Order: sequence, then structure tokens, then C-alpha cells
Amino acid sequence: MILKGKVWKFGDNIDTDAIIPARYLNTSDPHELAKHVMEDADREFPSKVGAGDMIVAGANFGCGSSREHAPIAIRAAGIQAVVAKSFARIFYRNAFNIGLPIFESEEAPGGIREGDEIEIDADGGAIRNITKGEEYAAKPIPPFMQELIAAGGLIEWTKKRITSP
Amino acid sequence: MTITEQILAVHAGREQVSPGELINAKVDIVLANDITAPIAIREFEKTGAADVFDRDRIAFIPDHFTPQKDIRAAEQCRMLRDFARDYNLGLYFEVGRMGVEHALLPEQGIVLPGDLVIGADSHTCTYGALGAFSTGVGSTDAAAAMATGECWFRVPESMKLIYYGKLNRWVGGKDLILHTIGAIGVDGALYRAMEFEGEAISSLPMAGRLTMCNMAIEAGAKNGIIVPDRVTEEYVKPRAKRRYAFYSSGEDATYVDVREYDCSKIPLTVSCPHLPSNTRPAEELSSVAIDQVVVGSCTNGRLEDIREAAEIIKGRKVHPDTRMIVIPATQQIYLDALKEGLAEIFIEAGAVFSTPTCGPCLGGHMGVLAKGERAVATTNRNFTGRMGHPESEVYLANPAVAAASAVKGRIAVPEEVL
Ligand code: SF4
Repeated sequence: MILKGKVWKFGDNIDTDAIIPARYLNTSDPHELAKHVMEDADREFPSKVGAGDMIVAGANFGCGSSREHAPIAIRAAGIQAVVAKSFARIFYRNAFNIGLPIFESEEAPGGIREGDEIEIDADGGAIRNITKGEEYAAKPIPPFMQELIAAGGLIEWTKKRITSP
Repeated sequence: MTITEQILAVHAGREQVSPGELINAKVDIVLANDITAPIAIREFEKTGAADVFDRDRIAFIPDHFTPQKDIRAAEQCRMLRDFARDYNLGLYFEVGRMGVEHALLPEQGIVLPGDLVIGADSHTCTYGALGAFSTGVGSTDAAAAMATGECWFRVPESMKLIYYGKLNRWVGGKDLILHTIGAIGVDGALYRAMEFEGEAISSLPMAGRLTMCNMAIEAGAKNGIIVPDRVTEEYVKPRAKRRYAFYSSGEDATYVDVREYDCSKIPLTVSCPHLPSNTRPAEELSSVAIDQVVVGSCTNGRLEDIREAAEIIKGRKVHPDTRMIVIPATQQIYLDALKEGLAEIFIEAGAVFSTPTCGPCLGGHMGVLAKGERAVATTNRNFTGRMGHPESEVYLANPAVAAASAVKGRIAVPEEVL
């Protein structure tokens, strides 16, 4: 799978209140949530972001609450993938469980600038910066997580286990 | 193995597990609230499961936007109620019988030592104080566990945090954990288990232990945990309605990091906006004026916390430029506080004394901040916009500092008002 898109950059410790503020959690409708995605980190973000864009951030992306509304809002806003130096652990599980592709990379967040065009080779684990002509390594995805992705997320994976235990 | 590894191994039906391994383990309790359960219910229905794995092991607690603050919140709460009825859930807590989830479950003896608990709420790590493995997950994880009674885990590496020496006056579990997060950072324990021990922990009451484990997530940890002891036994024994088990870390346990803290050097600590790791001694912040004080939440809404705040407020008045909101975390605590005359103390001081709810902790209702307003709260997060307007500010503190700040109208330590 190759993902290609334009980058929006964010810093370290982007928390779930910044990704989708709690004041909007009286709904779980993805389209409602998408209207406020990243709003407390960047007021204009929901109106600027376009389908197929990418988020590249620093360390500990998604820290804070367990709200699945965070990766859901990101996905519903049309963002294809998130690349970060590291992810907070509940956000990491949630992203895999709901099928939002995320990639951990030590070097990519330093090399990529806002507006750059990048291409992610999800199977090979390489992130290419088309604008700058650079390439960065992403951490390999653990086999179990690959199994989850291949099954189509945790619910599909669970369904299979229920029907053929 | 560490206590965390042992509990995971037992629930995975294994002799041994080691850090980094991915395992599938049986869960004792699955928890969700009025924000996370609606998604869990929808996902559960997609699994095609005919029934939940165990009707007495799924706790649904509407506590965030309750008593239902608006129509949307009411619709979400109705989903929980309908599901609880349809599947005959034994652990559904209606408004009037509920409490903030992480205060309620230990109090009611629903989570117990040796348990493996997952909750679709990040502060599920609270129950580590009882010697349980408990961790926050997403709604989809909760949904899968509701169907199968199992969940996947990556066995975390453990770090050990040792607290020795005597605590300074008014310093409690909140200060220890804020100080620790200040030292290691908001990702200082990312993916790890934080095991707390030492003489200061041994003499720390259960309320303070719950506060510490509650905030393990604020350092990025998977779980916080304390090896059970006499304090645990005294807390759990009268509450438990089923069997429980005490585990401890073996001689062979390995830790990726061991840190020691001399408690005599830990001051009353405040986390400044907008990260829990942004800590300063409370004493250095006396120029910070305050619009609102909140005492409550799963971090510090227990009876001991309400008592501590009352001790400082008693016979005094909340500063004219400040409002104070006190929210006992459960109905039981609310009732106990009434019987002890604590409610009266706050009301006479000019404070709000409210029915249990998460309310202002997440900027939901019952005390949302306006633009530019500043609060001292006994809660656990001070991210941008956490308690209201994106340009408002939250300072995290213990109940005594919060109460002293309410009297002074600025950040203050208890000695300044007593
Ligand atoms: S009191 Fe605050 S931190 Fe605790 S469960 Fe409620 S919203 Fe979450």
C-alpha cells in the first residue's frame, strides 16, 4: 500500500483535547467530530485540511484520554495517515483498531516541513519526501498489528474468532 | 516477574510472560462511560456476538455529561441504559446511584486485587492502587472484550519508583505523582508499567494511592501499580463480594529504570498550564490570581480529599473574586460528606456543593471556564481548553492547596490561611 499526500505539521505532545476537544464529545458522529479536528491546536485546521492530507508530528502524539473520537475525527476529516516520532499508547491501539494508518519514525518529523508532499510505503516501511527528495525509515509494524490491519480492524478480527473459535 | 507481568501471565493462562510480548488475556471487568460506551455498543453490535461474555463483568457508568447536560448527552446516556436493559447488565449505574467511574468501582468492591481490568477511559489505570492490572483502552477494544471476555496486550516493561522519607505537612499522593511527572515528563513512562513502592507508599492511605495510580497515564504509562499490603487488605476486605488475589514482584523481577525520591524534599506541587509535567512548588506561584477552584474528580474527589479541603475552608469564606465548586466523586462520598457536616462547611463558605459528576474536569458542564479565566483544580489534566475556553488555564493541585487558593483568590499554601 502506497499513501501519498500533503503534510500538516504539529509539535510534541499533541493531546486528545487538542485533537478533538471534550466539549464536542456529546456526539460520536464522525462528520460532526471532523468539523472540530485539531481545533485547539490550530483554529483554522478544520477548514484548511483536505482529503488525502497527512499529519506529521513530534513525540507522544495523542496523549491524554482514551477517546476513540480522536482517530475517528482525524480519519473523518480525510487525513490518510499520521506520522510521528512516537504515539501515546491508547491512541496507538485505537488507530490500529479502527484502521487509521500510523507510522512511527525517528527522522521523518525532523526532515519534513509543512506543505511537503510525502509518500509512505506502508509495507516496506519507508517514508519518501517528494518535495525535498529525502527518504526516512519508519519503525516496522509488529506482526500482530499487521494481522489486525489485514483482517480490517479489531472488530473484523473478533468476528472471525467468534464464528470459528 | 514483576507484579504486572504476573497478573498478565495468569490471565493469559501462561507460566511466564516477558516485556514486549503480545498476548491475549482474559479480563475480569470491562468498563465504559457515557462518552465511550456509545461507540463500544455500535462496534459490539458489528461483531455479531449473540450475547455479552458475562453480564456481571461489564460496568456502564454515565458520569461525564450527567446529570444529562443537554439533548445530545441525554441521547448518549439512553444508549447505555437501553443496552444495559437489553443485555440485563448487572453493573449499570443510573444517575442518582452513580459516581465518577474510577472512584465508584474500587469503593463498591467491583474491582479487586489481582484483577485484570480494561476500561474505555484513560484513567482506568487508577485500580493499580489495589494491586490490579488495569489500563485504559479505546471503545473498540472494550467492544471486542464485551463480546469475547478477552483483550490483546503488549506486555509492558516496568519501571520502579521508590519514595522514602517522611512527607511534609499537607503533601500527599497528588504531590508525589505531580512531582514525579514533573521529573520524568508526560512521556517519561510511555508504554511502561509504573510500580510505586517505598516507606512513604507503605504509609500512604488508599485514597492517596488511588490518586497516584490515577495519574500514571499522565506520564504516558500503561498502568500504575502498588503491591498490595495491609492497607489494601483493610480497604478491600469489607467491600469485596468475590475472591481476590494478592500478587507481588518476585526476586527475579527486572526493571528498565529505577528512581528514588526523598519525600522530605518534595514540596506542595502545582502543575502549571498546559501540561501536567509543567510543575512548580506551590509557594512560588502566589502571584497567580484565580477565578475558579474545583475540588473533585477521579483523582481527588474521595472523602479524604473533601475532608482535607473542608479543614482549610472551615470558618472562612471563599474570596469574593473566586468561585469554588466541590464535587464528591460518588453518591456514597456525597452522603458521608453530608453526615459529617462537610457540605455545610462549604456552603457556609460560599462554595457550590454538587451531586457527583465529571462535569468541569473535562470542560463538560457545572463550571466551564470563560476566555482568559484561570482555575486551580484537583483534577488530572491541564491541557489547552481542558476546562473550557481554549484560552483558559488550569493549574493542578492537591485539595489543601486548592482550598487555600479559594480563600486567597490566588494560588496559596495552607499555612497562609490557617
Ligand atoms: S473525573 Fe475527569 S479524568 Fe476522571 S473520569 Fe471523569 S472526566 Fe475523566
